Amino acid sequence: MGSFTTEEMTAIWLSVKVACWATAVSLGPGILVAWLLARRSFPGRILLDGLVHLPLVLPPVVTGYLLLLLFGRNGPLGRILAEMGIVLSFNWTGAVLACSVMAFPLLVRAIRLSMEAVDTRLEDAAAGLGAPPWAVFLTVTLPLSLPGILSGAILCFAKALGEFGATITFVAAIPGVTQTLPAAIYGLTQVPGGDAAALRLTLVAALIAIIAVTASELLARRVRRRVEGRDA
Amino acid sequence: MLDLSLTHRAGDFALKADLTIGPGVTAITGPSGAGKTTLLSLIAGLSRPSEGHIRLHGKMLVDTHTKQFLPAHRRHIGQVFQEARLFPHLNVRHNLLYGRLFAGKDRTGPTVQAIIDLLDIAPLLRRRPRDLSGGERQRVAIGRALLSNPALLLLDEPLSALDPVRKAELLPYLRRLRDGIALPMLYVTHQREEVAELATGWVRVEHGLVTAGQ
Repeated sequence: MGSFTTEEMTAIWLSVKVACWATAVSLGPGILVAWLLARRSFPGRILLDGLVHLPLVLPPVVTGYLLLLLFGRNGPLGRILAEMGIVLSFNWTGAVLACSVMAFPLLVRAIRLSMEAVDTRLEDAAAGLGAPPWAVFLTVTLPLSLPGILSGAILCFAKALGEFGATITFVAAIPGVTQTLPAAIYGLTQVPGGDAAALRLTLVAALIAIIAVTASELLARRVRRRVEGRDA
Repeated sequence: MLDLSLTHRAGDFALKADLTIGPGVTAITGPSGAGKTTLLSLIAGLSRPSEGHIRLHGKMLVDTHTKQFLPAHRRHIGQVFQEARLFPHLNVRHNLLYGRLFAGKDRTGPTVQAIIDLLDIAPLLRRRPRDLSGGERQRVAIGRALLSNPALLLLDEPLSALDPVRKAELLPYLRRLRDGIALPMLYVTHQREEVAELATGWVRVEHGLVTAGQ
């Protein structure tokens, strides 16, 4: 099998960095959107629901291309961001955006399901004790849906780690800059003699995924034990 | 003093109430589905009446004519339900103190220690709700409601989920509550003995019509 080359190590670390950032950046908006969908009725709710799920059903290449049109150097949003000194296209930060968008539906789904499972009668009880809506959210809804938030975050991380289509379309696969693990594996399968290296990286990808999923399961079980025991 | 005059329609069910409720324990009786719980949720601010007003100690809680509506968390109305609805992720002490976070500085009423003594919950303080018996949970739920500094306490069949032994155990606490704390209470029940034991006034709800009982 041989040992990792510098380029392979760079791809591995880049992928982990991108996945961590994508999870961190999506978590806040994910919780907000999940709460809106689970607890509020407002005009455009169905539209928001559809928009969130879009990356799940569109071909990843299409999502990547849309991001390129919007956030590319000449895109309407890309130009505004460029003036602020933020360049997303062909940059690792763009990979973070692509991975966040692709993982967002999974994150929102997991959080929303666990929020919907929170007994609204407990929220009513909190309001009756004088808690304003924001406090009900922070002290009742949020802690009771923590298991779902955790598993949503891990799912988001795992999805971001494996994201390929949208990322390569939006930011390409520049070694050392935007070449993530899946892109590196794909590249290696396209050149003669790359098989051993592709296999090495495949094992790394599998290992990271298994560790992430196991950790989330253990963590979620602990949290659930702390939180569960709602009265009949 | 609670003063209300309202009609409320939900589907083909209509509730009509026109009454004044004074201090002490007012029992609310009537068959299931007559609208007792609906009446309480209107008073608590969990739902809005189709028409009319509710006033508590001179303060307008809701008035459909002037489009006033005070949300539940600003009404200072304590509630105790059939199920205790304790927060499962908090221990008994933190459940009790929950309402204090929002009660503001001008708190009056009994101290935490007085409530703990009144309801005998000192030995339970560090436990989680899931480790309590039904009667203990209900005591904690009553204490939690009292400590939120309420101007009115609503009790919706607080004993109905308990077996006769637990019921008999809890009744004396409710009597102590009535005699020890000057707080008007509305008490929904099916049970004659609870009315006889506790009530100082009586309201009947039948087919959506609320009338003062004799």
